[in-house]
Amino acid sequence: MSLLQVRDLKVHFPIKAGNLFTRQHGSVQAVDGVDLDVAAGTTFGLVGESGCGKSTLARAIMRLVEPTAGSVALDGQDLLGLSERRLRPMRRDFQMVFQDPMASLDPRQNVESLLTEPLRAHKIPGGPVEHARRIRELLEVVGLPATALERYPHEFSGGQRQRIGIARALVLSPKLIVADEPVSALDVSVQAQVINLLKELQERFSLTYLVIAHDLAVVRHISDTVAVMYLGSIIEQAPADQLYRSPTHPYTKALMGAVPVPDPAVEVGRNRILLQGDLPSPANPPAGCRFHTRCPWRQASRCAEERPALRTLTGGHQVACHYAEDIAAGRIQPSTTAAPRSTATVSQHEPAELLDSRRSPGGR
Amino acid sequence: MSFLRVRDLTVTFSRPGKPPVRAVDGVSFDVASGQTVGIVGESGSGKSVTSLAVMRLLPARNVRVTGSIMLGDQELLTLPARQMRDVRGRDVAMIFQDPMTSLNPVVTVGRQLVEVIVRHDRKSTTAARHDAIALLDRVGIPDPVRRLREYPHQLSGGMRQRVMIAMAIACRPRLLIADEPTTALDVTIQAQILDLLRDLVEESGSALVMITHDLGVVAGLCEQVHVMYSGRIVESAPAAGLFARPAHPYTDGLLRSIPRIDDDHHGRLHTIRGSVRDVVAWEHGCAFQPRCDHAVDACLGGPPPVLDLSDGPPRQVRCPRPMNQPAPAPGTDRREVSA
Repeated sequence: MSLLQVRDLKVHFPIKAGNLFTRQHGSVQAVDGVDLDVAAGTTFGLVGESGCGKSTLARAIMRLVEPTAGSVALDGQDLLGLSERRLRPMRRDFQMVFQDPMASLDPRQNVESLLTEPLRAHKIPGGPVEHARRIRELLEVVGLPATALERYPHEFSGGQRQRIGIARALVLSPKLIVADEPVSALDVSVQAQVINLLKELQERFSLTYLVIAHDLAVVRHISDTVAVMYLGSIIEQAPADQLYRSPTHPYTKALMGAVPVPDPAVEVGRNRILLQGDLPSPANPPAGCRFHTRCPWRQASRCAEERPALRTLTGGHQVACHYAEDIAAGRIQPSTTAAPRSTATVSQHEPAELLDSRRSPGGR
Repeated sequence: MSFLRVRDLTVTFSRPGKPPVRAVDGVSFDVASGQTVGIVGESGSGKSVTSLAVMRLLPARNVRVTGSIMLGDQELLTLPARQMRDVRGRDVAMIFQDPMTSLNPVVTVGRQLVEVIVRHDRKSTTAARHDAIALLDRVGIPDPVRRLREYPHQLSGGMRQRVMIAMAIACRPRLLIADEPTTALDVTIQAQILDLLRDLVEESGSALVMITHDLGVVAGLCEQVHVMYSGRIVESAPAAGLFARPAHPYTDGLLRSIPRIDDDHHGRLHTIRGSVRDVVAWEHGCAFQPRCDHAVDACLGGPPPVLDLSDGPPRQVRCPRPMNQPAPAPGTDRREVSA
C-alpha cells in the first residue's frame, strides 16, 4: 500500500490576454496527467529539465497550487477534496524542504522561533517547555549546535541553513517529506553532507521522500524509484539502478548521456546522443508523443499522431514510447548520434538486461 | 610555448572599516596556444576573480591587482585602458555564465554582434552583417537572418549562450575564457554548448580557459586542470592524472564526495566536513587544514610548500603530504618549488 498515491493529476495555468470577453487564451499544461505511487519508507526521485513541470507537480501534491484535475491521497486520505480548513491539520503529515533556505526561512526570526512556529501553529500539546526540549533534540539530530537557537538565518553557511530547513520540516514528525532541489544551491563539498543527513533521517524516523532534482547523479544515489518527466508527464519510471543501467525512453537516454562524469577515461569513450533544439513551449505542446520533435528515433508512423501511454515492460520498468522494445533491441537506429570522441569501445546494454531486475521495485 | 603567462596574480579588495580581503593570492599558471585549461573551485575560491583580472574587468575602486599577466609579449596589467579595449574581443574574449545579464536587453542580437565586428575588424556594416549571419549559423542557431532582428529575451537560454559564443569568437581571438558558461543551462543544452565549444577551439586553434565548479565538465574538455581553494591554486595537473590520482586532500575529497551517474553505490557518501567558511589564512598554514582528514601539525605554522610531482607533464601540489602518489625513489626528495 503506497503512502502517497497520485492519479491523473493535472495543473493547467490559464493564459490571459485581451479584454474581459476574450480573456482566456489557452493554457500552460504544466502537469498533464501524472500517476505516482510512493511506498512508505522509500525515496521516489523525480528528474527532468527546467519547465518539465516537476516543481509544479510537487507544489500541487502539497496543495500550494490548486490542481486542475486528478486526485492526491496520503495514507488513503484524499487531499484535494478537503477544504482549506480541514486540510490544515493534515499538513503536519506532509512537509516540504525547499531549494534555497535563504529564501524560505524568515530572515527576521531566529532559529528557535523558526522551529517553534510550526509547533504553535499546529497546537502541538506540551507547551513551551516540551517544545523547547523537542527543538533542542531536533537540532542535535540535524547536526547543529544548541547555540544555533539564538542566531538568525544569515549567520549560517548554506549547508547549515539547509539543515535548519530540514529541521523545520521535521519538527511536526511528518510521514512524507517533499524536497524540491534540496542540495542544488549548495557547494559541491557540502552537498554530500546534506545528502547523507537526509538518508540518516529517513532510516531513523522511517520517512518517505519525494525528491525533485535536476541532478541525475544525486537522484540515483538517494532514490529507490526514479521517474523522468518531460513536458508535463512522466515518460519513464523504474527502480533507480535499473533506470540508470538501461534507460529505455529516447529522452532518458539523451538526458543520461548528457550528464558529465568526473572521469576523463569515461568521458572520451562515451556514446552520447545530442538532442537538437530546445524544449517546446508547454503552452503549445507537440501533438502525439511530446518528445517526437527532438527524438532521434522518431518514426514516420504513430509518433506524431498518437500520444504514447506509460506502459509496463518488465520488472516495474514503465515507459511511454511506442517503440521502446524496438529501440532496446536495436531494430531502430537513431538518426543522429554524436560519435564517441575516441576509438574506445562503448558498452551497449543488452536488451536482456531489462529483464534482469535485481531488486524488487521500491524495496531496499 | 605558452602565450598566456600569469605570475603571482594577487587581487585584494579593500572594504571600508573592515580588513581587506585577498580573493586571489599569488596565482600562477600558463596557457599554451590551442590548449584547454580548466580552473575548478567552489564559490569563493577566487576562480572568477582570476578570469576577470585577466580580462582587466575588475572595478578600479577598492581593488588592488598585483603580479603579472603576459599575453604574448604584452603585459596586460599595465596596458593603457585604450589598448586593453583592443585586446579584449580581438585577442582574448570572454563568455559569461548568464547571457541575460551580459547581453544588452534593449538592442537586437544583430546590432550587438555587428558592433563587435565593426569595432575590431574595421568592416562596413553590410560586410559585418554577412559575418554575423555566418557566425550565428556556425554556433548552431537556426534561421539566423530572422534571429538577428530579435532581442535577447526572445531567445531561449541555450540560444542566448550561443549568441554570446558567437560574439566571443567573432574576431577569432587566440584565447577564450569561459566562466561557468553552462551552469545556468539544463544538462541536454549544456551538452550541446560544450560540444560546440570543443568543436570551435579544435577548428580555430584558440586556447580555452574553462572556469567551473563542475569537475565533470572539466573531465570531458580540459587537458590541464588547476584546482583553486580559498584564493590559491592547490593542485595543478593534466586532467587524466588529476582524476586518476588526485594529490591534494581537497581534490581527493571532492572527487570522492560527488555522487556519480554511473555508480550504483547507495551508501553514505564521503564528506568533507565544515564549509568553505572554515579557513586558516594562508600565511599561517594551509587554508584547507580545518577540513582536512590528513592534517598534521606541520600544516599549521606557515604556508604549505608547493611540491613538484611531475615526471613528465607539469604537476604540482600545495601540500606537504600529497596523496595517491608513488613513493619518491629512495635518496631523492620531492622538489619544493616554492613556499
